Amino acid sequence: MAGTLQFDLVSPERRLASVVATEVQIPGADGDLTAMEGHSPTITTLRPGVLKVVSAEGTKSFVVTGGFAEISADSVSVLAERAIPVEELTPVLMDQLIADASEATAIGVEKDVADKVMADLVAMRTAAGF
Amino acid sequence: MPSLKDLKNKIASVKNTRKITKAMQMVSAAKLRRAQDAAEAARPYAERMTAVMGGLAASVGQSASAPRLLAGTGSDQVHLLVVMTSERGLCGGFNSTIVRLARARANELLGAGKTVKILTVGKKGREQLRRDYAAYMIGHVDMGDVKRVGYINAQTIARDVLARFETGECDVVTIFYNRFQSVIAQIPTALQVIPAKFEASGVSALYDYEPSEEGILADLLPRSIATQIFTALLENGASEQGARMSAMDNATRNAGEMITKYTTIYNRSRQAAITKELIEIISGAEAL
Repeated sequence: MAGTLQFDLVSPERRLASVVATEVQIPGADGDLTAMEGHSPTITTLRPGVLKVVSAEGTKSFVVTGGFAEISADSVSVLAERAIPVEELTPVLMDQLIADASEATAIGVEKDVADKVMADLVAMRTAAGF
Repeated sequence: MPSLKDLKNKIASVKNTRKITKAMQMVSAAKLRRAQDAAEAARPYAERMTAVMGGLAASVGQSASAPRLLAGTGSDQVHLLVVMTSERGLCGGFNSTIVRLARARANELLGAGKTVKILTVGKKGREQLRRDYAAYMIGHVDMGDVKRVGYINAQTIARDVLARFETGECDVVTIFYNRFQSVIAQIPTALQVIPAKFEASGVSALYDYEPSEEGILADLLPRSIATQIFTALLENGASEQGARMSAMDNATRNAGEMITKYTTIYNRSRQAAITKELIEIISGAEAL
């Protein structure tokens, strides 16, 4: 039996989830990582992607766009700019996310960064099953 | 001496006013609940953000490579004041207190020979500041058609402010808003967001950072500024409703007092008129 950790997902507007999980798969900026009990304390930024939480009640997925995750031995807090449960995601919403992102990256960000974000978003769309 | 008819009209009119202020008070009470819930819901994010930023800033802040958002541009010549007020009036001293604080700061800065720029959020503040500071106002964010303040609104403002900072239009950014304490007390607050100031928490020195501390800091600073603006907007929203609620409560009470006063006068004059008529009738009867 694997140990558990406290998982919190908060967006600026509200707390989206707070569950006891066995593992959390995080789309980190430098690559995906899975946090389980006893993970070394880490702070990582997120890239747009799918966040998966495995708990006793099953697996829950969220689509996140940017933010960061704070991992410690017994808890994971994800602060996401926007997070949407995959069940609530619609193609329309997805398109809107992409539109928002392209608008945001249109100003000021270097082209490489913008391309990366777009690629991440498109990959996320595939991963979410659209 | 006003006629009976006049008094009656006056009483009816004050009664109507009382109904309106009472309704506004109740609407504000409901809105206040919602605003407080929203502020409450936003708290975990803001707190965690501040804690992490505090740790990062403590470890990176002193080095020469610290981002400009944290270290500043090295000068404090141009100050941008972001003044957040409400879109609607009838909320007591809510807008005036913010404007007064902003005005005091602007005068102080101008006196010290600095350049002041003002960005207003909410039309009431713009109206009040336009009288004296029209020349310094560089922009306005209209919140008129925003029903519920969302993070997206804060992001828009943050983007605007950051763009101005990046282009060197300003060196120091301060936001002005009312911090909600209770229904009767809102504290006008000035908060410097750029260069960012964080209280060092010290605990996060234990963390591994991915990508690097600098990378994370550069990524999070703009977000943290948006978060601070969002918190301010929410606090302001709750304060506005609180201020309106107590203002309308006072108005309702005043209207009640006025009605009692006028009713007394009305009754007295009515009785005086009746007595007068009786005397006339009696003396007329006696004369026969």
